[in-house]
Amino acid sequence: MLDGLRRLGQATLRWLNRLGHATLFLLGLLRALGALSRRPGLIVRQLYALGVLSLPIIAMSGLFVGMVLGLQGYANLVDFGATSTLGTVVALSLVRELGPVLAALLYAARAGSALTAEIGLMKATEQLACMQMMAVDPFARVFAPRFVAGFLAMPLLAGIFTAIGILGGYFVAVQQLGVDSGAFWSQMQAVVGLVDDVLYGVVIKSVAFGWVANWIAVFEGYDAMPTSEGISLATTRTVVNTALVVLALDFVLTALFFGV
Amino acid sequence: MPTAPPSGNDPSTVAPLVRVRGLSFRRGDRIIFQNVDLDIPRGKVTAIMGPSGAGKTTLLRLIGGQIRPDAGRIEVDGLCVHELGRRELYQLRKRMSMLFQSGALFTDLSVFENVAFPLREHTRLPENLLRILVLMKLEAVGLRGARDLMPSELSGGMARRAALARAIALDPMMILYDEPFSGQDPITMGVLLKLIRTLNDALGLTSIIVSHDVKETASIADYIYLITDGAVVDHGEPQTLEHSPSAWVDQFLHALPDGPMSFHYPAPAYAQELALAEEARRA
Amino acid sequence: MGNLKKLELAVGAFVALGLAAFFMLAMKVSDITDLGKNQGYQVTARFENIGALKVRAPVTLGGVRIGRVAAIQLDPRSYEAVVTLAIEPQYDRLPTDSSASILTAGLLGEQYVGLEPGGMDETLKNGSSLKLTQSALVLEKLIGRMLTNAVSATPPPAKTP
Repeated sequence: MLDGLRRLGQATLRWLNRLGHATLFLLGLLRALGALSRRPGLIVRQLYALGVLSLPIIAMSGLFVGMVLGLQGYANLVDFGATSTLGTVVALSLVRELGPVLAALLYAARAGSALTAEIGLMKATEQLACMQMMAVDPFARVFAPRFVAGFLAMPLLAGIFTAIGILGGYFVAVQQLGVDSGAFWSQMQAVVGLVDDVLYGVVIKSVAFGWVANWIAVFEGYDAMPTSEGISLATTRTVVNTALVVLALDFVLTALFFGV
Repeated sequence: MPTAPPSGNDPSTVAPLVRVRGLSFRRGDRIIFQNVDLDIPRGKVTAIMGPSGAGKTTLLRLIGGQIRPDAGRIEVDGLCVHELGRRELYQLRKRMSMLFQSGALFTDLSVFENVAFPLREHTRLPENLLRILVLMKLEAVGLRGARDLMPSELSGGMARRAALARAIALDPMMILYDEPFSGQDPITMGVLLKLIRTLNDALGLTSIIVSHDVKETASIADYIYLITDGAVVDHGEPQTLEHSPSAWVDQFLHALPDGPMSFHYPAPAYAQELALAEEARRA
Repeated sequence: MGNLKKLELAVGAFVALGLAAFFMLAMKVSDITDLGKNQGYQVTARFENIGALKVRAPVTLGGVRIGRVAAIQLDPRSYEAVVTLAIEPQYDRLPTDSSASILTAGLLGEQYVGLEPGGMDETLKNGSSLKLTQSALVLEKLIGRMLTNAVSATPPPAKTP
């Protein structure tokens, strides 16, 4: 019993220690932003790797999620004769919750894990140490560009996910299930607020999630053990930790903005 | 006991490029270095040799300022490395180069871009000048024709040569070689040996080679330090060390299987163990 | 270096796509068209019971949306709910004796304020108040009234000798 408590204490201290490391790392990233602003080309290359290459999975998933929402929503609303509100249901679900959250989780799985693996590998093959010895700061050259590019890509991906989702819902609802097209859009437009829902939902949430997801991904790569086993552990940690933090943060933000 | 380190071979005693005094460093409970003194003479190839785990790579890291000593002083060209601020350290590092064991080429850049990297980062040379410089460095290591290959397409030896070209891109005053010959075939080893020696003399460099490939390294070294168990066991020119009084040095230099580093892992007396086993079998 | 151009093109397209998505969300999905209408005027109406009326609920006339509910407050002295209606500027000829009722859209829908025009020549201006109002129908009271009516309507049971 006491032993268990001791171990809990040790685990907590280790976790706090790691959190401290991660925060110091973040400060290093922010400090490198100045140098980075003189080399914007580095960000462009990373935007391609993290944003453009994530598009297929984001777009396809958004489409499917939207279509499922259309189907499920219809099945439940038709009993009340309230299928005219289907547009609102699909839009609000996506804009407030599913858009930013699912996009963040998919991003972590595809881009976050790739980031961690890439940086971990650079550490294991001594490329980072080599850069340091060449008097090039890896924070400015490697870490910060990836963090900034990912941070910029996340809201864009979430927006694309949400928009395609709504279109998918429209396709299923109107084309397949016969909901009135006018009702679908007009009800949605009447209820979905630009500031209350779109801003506080998709925009702010995806910005927060982008911060978190990229911070975790880059840090785990930087902190990984420089062995193949260490890298594989780190990539797993990235996906798991990002998922947990994103969902917890989602709860906090939802309570903050949408709570009654 | 070894004498005090030399202050240069010439009568015109030139100050050594790297001066280590009283270096002590431990990792956890293990003592890596205990009160070590070293001098690296300018313009020469100095080899630091010893068994695996003796701390040779750690010594390079200490000289490069990547880790701090627990006690003692490390000076490079008169500057105390571990007391420099971040900016001064980076300035000093621009004058040093390190060749890592695996080459450490940047995997997303071509050979040309790898060699151009230090030039792009630290100079504002126009593109045509930069191209000429890079081609010159590649020519020096014999890889000018391979300039558009990616690191994944290079053999181990070629990767090291490319890394060497990158290491001389900024015309450093010193190059640190971390186990440059490990795992190489004889021809590649011969090429690397030739390159290290020729570049050192042609460019007026100071080279520090950390290795345990005794014969090869000794063939190009001007001066050798032998370290084990946290201390310098002996040092001198290769010919001098041949007649070293230390039995360990003799075993190490001549690759003898038994000597002060014993062949047998510590164990109780053999006859005793066999007899006990017999008794156990009969019982 | 041609590779870099393709890369930059792809990144530019990606960013453009993202911005287009947000544009679509703003234009087609949300109520952005209402945002610009900050001019217009405000009138107040007092209700005994506003039911489930919320701020930003629509204000209609003859079924056409002419404004939104801007604020809902309680008058601490008369215990009436004071609802502020923001009417769009083009509807500036509402008679002062128009009435406001709180209605429900459909059976399960949200509640909104429906205006019925009166007959006076004078029109409502910024700060005027509507005198004729009809509070929201509270379901429990309705049912209660129905029950008492039903009870009083049924004849008393005949006394059998």
